[in-house]
Amino acid sequence: MTTVETTTTRPAEGTAPGAAPHRTPKLPLSRLVLVELRKLADTRAGLWLLIVIGLAAVATTLILLFAAPDDEKTFENFFTFALLPSGVLLPVLGILSMTAEWTQRTALTTFALVPQRGRVVAAKLAAAVLISILAVVPAFAFGAAGNLAAGGPWSITWQLVVQCVVLQVVWVLMGSAFGALLLNTPLAIVLFFALPMVWTILGETIRGLRTAASWLDMNVTTIPLTESAGGLTSGQWGRFLVSAAVWVLLPLVLGTVRVLRREVA
Amino acid sequence: MITVEHLSKRYGAHPAVDDVSFTCAPGTVTGFLGPNGAGKSTTMRMITGLTPPTGGTATVDGVPYQRLGNPGRRVGVLLDASAQHAGRTGREVLTLAAMTMGLDRRRVDESLERVGLNRTAAKRRVRAYSLGMRQRLGLAHAMLGDPGILILDEPANGLDPEGIFWMRGLLREFADRGGTVLLSSHLLREVEAVADRLVVIGAGKIVAQGDKAELLAASGIVVKALDMAALDLMLQRIGLTGARTTDGGVVVQSDAETIGRAAADAGLVLLELRPAGGGGLEQMFLTLTAGDSVQESVR
Repeated sequence: MTTVETTTTRPAEGTAPGAAPHRTPKLPLSRLVLVELRKLADTRAGLWLLIVIGLAAVATTLILLFAAPDDEKTFENFFTFALLPSGVLLPVLGILSMTAEWTQRTALTTFALVPQRGRVVAAKLAAAVLISILAVVPAFAFGAAGNLAAGGPWSITWQLVVQCVVLQVVWVLMGSAFGALLLNTPLAIVLFFALPMVWTILGETIRGLRTAASWLDMNVTTIPLTESAGGLTSGQWGRFLVSAAVWVLLPLVLGTVRVLRREVA
Repeated sequence: MITVEHLSKRYGAHPAVDDVSFTCAPGTVTGFLGPNGAGKSTTMRMITGLTPPTGGTATVDGVPYQRLGNPGRRVGVLLDASAQHAGRTGREVLTLAAMTMGLDRRRVDESLERVGLNRTAAKRRVRAYSLGMRQRLGLAHAMLGDPGILILDEPANGLDPEGIFWMRGLLREFADRGGTVLLSSHLLREVEAVADRLVVIGAGKIVAQGDKAELLAASGIVVKALDMAALDLMLQRIGLTGARTTDGGVVVQSDAETIGRAAADAGLVLLELRPAGGGGLEQMFLTLTAGDSVQESVR
């Protein structure tokens, strides 16, 4: 083991510590966003999650290409299907971004460098939103490649593309919100997947909950976003936004308050 | 310059830090001493804005830490070397910090070299680092932004004797160039060699502070007599109390002449009568901080 060398290399003589400018301007948010984006991929967990999402998107294209009936081989289907892996797995990256600071205790150095915790949270959310929008690009490419091979129709509406992007962003924000609220990786991941599922099952089996579920069950209210090529009706948007307020906005607000207040140790 | 004024932190009814005040001036190394759980880390977390104080204030160069703008360029902080993402490489940890502070990436390599982490070590994930290597990485992290102030919590933990010697040199040189260092430890010997000033904390309260030389001088004298019971009686008679040392002597806060005369009057045979020196400070450190501290360290 010779990994540690005890050399006595010293910095250039005569430079006083704190030669840095006396007034140090506040860190620009854009820089913090770049740092948070980098943090999403610079650990083994984050990098592999991104690789798995990419591989899964390729797999969806291949499945559709070789296993689906010919009339389903359309660009629209290839595209929406290729977005499925990132829609499911990118929220986990959002969760990790929030929880790892506390489970890996990096909050100690992160908040020592950026004491305004609200800015760190904002940067994390911005990074999560950016990566979820970026994920649409490879899905578009894989979809196009698949459809090219299948020779299917190319028609797709701009409404559908926008709705797919919105959905990606909302899922990732929901992951970030659960992460911030629970600050515990396994708990946040399990609850992120299990709670909506339980709620869907309850909504389907209990008659009295059916109306509530049609407004508050994300698994139900998000269906039109991937299926309505002609755009959502105002009623569908209303139901989607109400459910997102409960499942995304509420935990996000509570989680942010928790991150701002929690003592770092 | 670090200024701490009447800083307090309570957890429920339990005072973790109780009315602590001290200053650290440029060009000095301040040793922050106390047993585990005495409130050293809590105080340091309050200075760096990570823990909100219940009372009092702490400022860095006259400004609360939260308002420093780009604190990494002003204060180097190492509070826990183990608090790093196990899955990041050493170089990545520093690269993220350099990006955050807006520094040239070349600083990362310079900084790694300064703490003696070679290329192989820098490429490995922190998970594979020994505690000593994590401390070195933490020091590199703290010094990356070329700050004028260093706040280091137990930086010698896990370093081998050679590493401790190296770190002393690094901190001494940093202070001699005009830097300010606040360095905590639960071992007196560890900071004695490098500190100019000492702040001793026990059970959340400051029990002694001042120049190291003054504290050493004021640490009393060691007295040993043939008949220790008679010596205790004599000390009681002249209104002094002594603290037992491990080797059977007694440390008394008095001067040699007073004790010598009293012993002669009482007809006692003295075997030792000498300034306590560093050993006396250690004795004081032990007696002043004994008691509640153990119970707190397991809290």
